[in-house]
Amino acid sequence: MSQPTHGAVVEPAAPGGRSTTAQADDAIAGSSRGDGVYRFLTTAAAWAIPLLLGLITLEVVLAAWPAFETFGLSFLTSSEWDEVRGVFGAAPMIYGTVVSSVLALVLATPLALGVAIFLSEFAPSWLRTPVAFLVDLLAAIPSVVYGLWGIFVLLPFLRETVMPFLAGTLGLGNTPFFSGPAYGPSMLAAAVILAIMILPYISAVSREVLMAVPRSQREAAMALGATKWEMIRDAVIPYARSGIVGGVILGLGRALGETMAVTMLIGNRHEISSSLFAPGYTLASVIANEFAEATGALHTSALMACGAVLLGVTLLVNAIARWLVWQVAREGR
Amino acid sequence: MRFRALSALAIVTIAACGGGDAKSGDSTVASSATSSSSVDLNGAGATFPYPLYSKWFSDYATNLSIKINYQSIGSGGGIKQLSEQTVDFGASDGPMTDEELSGAKGGTVLHFPTVLGADVVTYNLPEVTVPLRLTGAVVAEIFLGKITKWNDPRLAAENPGVALPEKDILVVHRSDGSGTTYIFTDYLSAVSPAWAAGPGKGKSVQWPVGLGGKGNEGVAGTVKQTPGTIGYVELAYANQNKLPAAHIKNASGAYIAPTIETITAAADGSAAQMGPESDYRVSIVNAPGANAYPISSFTWLLVYQRQGDAVKGQKLVDFMRWMYGDGQSSASALDYAPLPAALATQLTARLATIQVGATP
Repeated sequence: MSQPTHGAVVEPAAPGGRSTTAQADDAIAGSSRGDGVYRFLTTAAAWAIPLLLGLITLEVVLAAWPAFETFGLSFLTSSEWDEVRGVFGAAPMIYGTVVSSVLALVLATPLALGVAIFLSEFAPSWLRTPVAFLVDLLAAIPSVVYGLWGIFVLLPFLRETVMPFLAGTLGLGNTPFFSGPAYGPSMLAAAVILAIMILPYISAVSREVLMAVPRSQREAAMALGATKWEMIRDAVIPYARSGIVGGVILGLGRALGETMAVTMLIGNRHEISSSLFAPGYTLASVIANEFAEATGALHTSALMACGAVLLGVTLLVNAIARWLVWQVAREGR
Repeated sequence: MRFRALSALAIVTIAACGGGDAKSGDSTVASSATSSSSVDLNGAGATFPYPLYSKWFSDYATNLSIKINYQSIGSGGGIKQLSEQTVDFGASDGPMTDEELSGAKGGTVLHFPTVLGADVVTYNLPEVTVPLRLTGAVVAEIFLGKITKWNDPRLAAENPGVALPEKDILVVHRSDGSGTTYIFTDYLSAVSPAWAAGPGKGKSVQWPVGLGGKGNEGVAGTVKQTPGTIGYVELAYANQNKLPAAHIKNASGAYIAPTIETITAAADGSAAQMGPESDYRVSIVNAPGANAYPISSFTWLLVYQRQGDAVKGQKLVDFMRWMYGDGQSSASALDYAPLPAALATQLTARLATIQVGATP
């Protein structure tokens, strides 16, 4: 975005749009009683969400308190998870949650963006609707079905084709990331299934945002002599950037909280391993696995603590992602 | 466009924050709540005997028009709900601990064994066509990660004449808390001091090696697909899915295949041992008896000794009397081992100790 010509194309549209709507809002507000009621209802609805979130957080933290009190910081740093002796540490789960989600994002984002750009810019309209529909349909598949598909199709494929290819053919077997025996259930399998699951979210949001870029924006770029690719790169994507990033963060949130499919494929092992071929664990999985049969007060509390940590991790990761976006967006201007 | 972006971000916040706790529900709570007005008795607990219990309750309801609603939410949940008196009876695959018993709000809780279940040690060795023979000590060493190759001399010694491959052993265990794991680790603790001192027994333990699969289907799925694996699943699941089952050496030195007869045989000795004073919180793993399959266990109904509601209490006792009579005969069709006849008689007599509508 260093060339002044392109800057000129982008700049006026964005800030201008905001101020006009804000003025319009002010003009309309408070004109009649019906508006007052409407305003009250929507305000109440808006406040209900933070309130609900606050109550959930409070409840989870209260239930988790005995575990935090007993184990202190070691709950976050220890890999010991022993129901029989009542010792609980969630480090492998925190690691597994973050790594599987970030890896899924790395795998899914380029693919989802490709799909979105193709659909909004290149696809003929007779193809656009059915393909968009099929991609959206991915989001409607229940996660347990993804899990079963993973067990019977994805795991054998990874074990017999992908893992030997990565370790052997590409010669990555000596690096710590692709070493060890390839059994199937692994961090890699979890990341791949998560990538497939979050793909429709990222792609659907990105597609909508790309299609919403005004025609004038494209025409201006074309008029300046840009090729189609230059137009997409310099005029369309920068305009849609914050929306695309919104889609990516939506996908990340989904990946962090996903439970069933991951539990079925990650191997559920309380251990931190650098190798993606090794089994791992996630915070959501341990709750799904153990909550039903947890009888000891401390065990239940430790599982609630996992829930609280997951809440914290989610907020933290989202905050970091938002900050990165902000940095990128500022650079772009 | 700005509006869309903002609404997308709003969704993000909700999705991200709700993600953690919203999900636990879809796997664990199999809510089977029906309208409570027509239900006479409510129970909750173990998932392992659920297929049989649901058949019992439906058969019993057909005969006597008494409705029993049972939620298979897991043994832990059953114990919790019984303790809180939100259900009329509980069900568990493992006996309640002394601590749990003293925490029950309705007074003394009685354990009534209903049927027997067993764990099958299953494996994937395409090269081996005869059933593998294992001892408790060898199984423990494998699950401790001390025996790592299929052609280990300790395995070969149990399987003379069988060409065992020089493959790595991959252990597969349950990742979810379960009665199946309780029975298995109870057995390993009984036969291996190293196991008892290490992981110990429980519904979920800290496994020294291996992969965790969710549910019987998760363990069986991994074992079926991966050569060189060994795992454990409950008998009914192994039979229905035609999984290979290792023969396990029992306390009297015979290699026993898991069948309805050998599992019932494991409880044979226990009826004689348990007098009328017994609380029936007994483990029958590694039971004596020439034909006893060693990885067997009772599963229990949990009821309060003092039934405050005389009508409900009487219905419960009537049902249990039927269960120890006609009910036992339908167990084996669903791959559960019936109680030995002597024990069923003994337990029927014990129903008299339940105080129905008695004032303190």
